[in-house]
Amino acid sequence: METGSGQDTGVAGDEPVWIGLPPGLLRMRRLLLVVWLGLLAVGLGLLLGLLCGPVWAAFALLPLALAGWGWVVLGRNWRSWRYAERADDLLISRGVLWREETVVPYGRMQLVEVTSGPVERHFGLASVQLHTAAAATDATIPGLDPAEAERLRDRLTELGEARSAGL
Amino acid sequence: MTTPGVDDAVAEKPEKEPLAERRLHPITPLRRAWAPVAVVIGWALHDPDQTQRQLTRLTTTTLLIALAVIVPAAALYGFLTWWFTHFAVTDTELRIRTGLLFRRTAHIRLERIQAIDVTQPLLARVAGVAKLRLDVVGTDKKDELAFLGEREARALRAELLARAAGFAPETAHEVGEAPARELMRTPPRDLALSLVLTGATWGALVAALVVPPLLWWATHSLWTVLATAVPLFGAAGASSVGRFVTEYDWTVGESPDGLRIDHGLLDRTHETVPPGRVQTVRIVEPLLWRRRGWVRVELDVAGSSNSVLVPVAPREVAEAVVVRVLPGVTVPPLSALSRPPRRARRCLPLWWRGHGLAVTDAVFASRTGLLRRTLALVPHAKVQSVRLTQGPWERLWRVADVHVDTGANKTVTARLRDAQEAAELLGAQAERSRTGRKGARPDRWMV
Repeated sequence: METGSGQDTGVAGDEPVWIGLPPGLLRMRRLLLVVWLGLLAVGLGLLLGLLCGPVWAAFALLPLALAGWGWVVLGRNWRSWRYAERADDLLISRGVLWREETVVPYGRMQLVEVTSGPVERHFGLASVQLHTAAAATDATIPGLDPAEAERLRDRLTELGEARSAGL
Repeated sequence: MTTPGVDDAVAEKPEKEPLAERRLHPITPLRRAWAPVAVVIGWALHDPDQTQRQLTRLTTTTLLIALAVIVPAAALYGFLTWWFTHFAVTDTELRIRTGLLFRRTAHIRLERIQAIDVTQPLLARVAGVAKLRLDVVGTDKKDELAFLGEREARALRAELLARAAGFAPETAHEVGEAPARELMRTPPRDLALSLVLTGATWGALVAALVVPPLLWWATHSLWTVLATAVPLFGAAGASSVGRFVTEYDWTVGESPDGLRIDHGLLDRTHETVPPGRVQTVRIVEPLLWRRRGWVRVELDVAGSSNSVLVPVAPREVAEAVVVRVLPGVTVPPLSALSRPPRRARRCLPLWWRGHGLAVTDAVFASRTGLLRRTLALVPHAKVQSVRLTQGPWERLWRVADVHVDTGANKTVTARLRDAQEAAELLGAQAERSRTGRKGARPDRWMV
C-alpha cells in the first residue's frame, strides 16, 4: 500500500476529517432566491392588483411561500455538502434526498480547475472542479473561499503528480 | 532498450538528422471524387421541380464549360491536399502535417496509443490501399492516415507498435510484425444464426413492414410513407445484413503486440489493441441465445470506436478470450455473484433478481438484466473514480447504488446493494483501484 507522505492534514486511512462549505455560499444563494422571488411577488401583486382586483393580488403570496420553502431547502442542501482530503483520495459527499458520495484517488486526476463567475466573485467565492479520464466523474466543490480553493488546487495537483497513474 | 525513466530524455533529445517525411499513397486524391457528385444529387433531391426546369435549360455548351471548370478544379484541389499532407514517425511521436490554407499539425504520442486500426473499405481493397488510424484519447477522423499502400500500412503499423512497445528506435524498423496466435474465429453459420436469434433484428424488420402500410392507410400521403419507410428499412438492414457483413469472419488473435481483431466481408478491418488498454469487458447473453450457450463479448478501449470483442461464441470460448484480454482475471461464475437483499424488490420489482455483484482480487464484476443478461467486468486498475448514490425511496429500504467510472467514459453500476455494504464497498473499491495499479504492466509493454 502506498501511503501519503507525512505532510497530510487529514488522518490517513479510515477516519476522514470532513470539512463543510463556508457560509458565504448559503448567503449568496439565499440572497439570490429572495431577490428574484421578491421581485416576482411584487410584480405579480401589482399586475394582478391593478388588472383584476385586490383579491387576486393574494396570488403574489405564492412566490413568497416558495421563497420560504427554498430558504429551508437551500440551508439543508448547503449543510449536506462536505469534503475530506484523505492520504490517497478525495471524498466529496452531498445531497439531502438524493445522496451522492464520490471518491477520487489523487493519482487519477487529470486536471483541477478553479472557476469563479461574476456573482460568485462578488461574494468572494470560487469552486474547485476535478476531472479524471472518465467524464462521469462529477467531482465539484462549490462556494469555497478563493484562498482555500487555491490551496486545495495546489495540494491536489501536487498529490496528483506524486501518485500519477494515467488510464 | 530504453527504460521507463528515460522517456523525457528521449523526448527532449534534439533530432540530428532531418525527419524522413512521407506522403500518402498517390491514389488518395481520388477518395473525395464522389463529393461533387453527391452535392449535385443532394441539391436535385432537395428541390426536384427546380432541377427539372434547370435541366431543360441546359445546353451542351454550358455543360461542357461547367465540366471544363469543375473537373480540373476538383483535380487540382485533390492533388494539392495530397501534396501538402505529410507524416513522419519520430522516436516518440507520429506527426501528421496537413492543410492547404488552414495548416494543421498533429503530434500523436506513441506511448499513449490505445489501439491501431488498419481498415480497408471495399474500393480500397480493389485499389490495394488501406487506412491507418491511431486511437489516442482525443483523436478524431482527421488524424487517420488515408490512404497508404497495403504493405506500407502493415509495415507502418508494425513499426509504430514496436516503437510504442519500447524497442530502440534503430531496431524498430527491423522488428517486423509480431507473430499472432489465433484465439477464436466465428463461423459464418453461427453468426447468421445468432442474428436470426436476436430480437432487435426482428423488431426492426417488423416495424419496417408494419408501420408504412399503417401510415398509408391513415394518411394516403406518399411522402410521409416514404419518409418513414426508408429509415425503417435502413435500420432493419443495418441490424441484420449490415451486422452480418461487418462481423463476418471475426477473428481474434493474440500477439506480443496485444490483441488482434480482424473482421469484415466487404470492408476489412484489422485492429490491434496493445496490452493493458482494455477498460471494461461486458459479456452479454441475450435470451434466445441462452439455450445454445452463446454469448457476445463487448470491450471498451479509451478513444476507440470499436466495442465488440467477440460477436458470438460459446461461453467457454468467450471466457477463454476474456482471460487473455484481462490477464489474471477469472470470470466469476453465476454462483459467485451476490444478489441484492430481498427488500430491494420494493425499488425494482422482479428485475432486482437480475442484479448481482462480485468483487475479486482483479475485477469488479456487476451483472444486470433478467432476460438479456449482461456481466460487466472492470479491472481495479482501470477505475477512475467511485461513486455511491442513494435516492429517497432507496434510503427508505436501506439500499444504495455503487458506480465505478472507467477511462473509456463507461460507468459500471452495482445497483441496490445493502446500504451498509455499499458504504464499505465504496471505501474498499477506492483502495483497491489505487493499489491495483501496481501490478499493471507499463505503458511501453516490451520494456
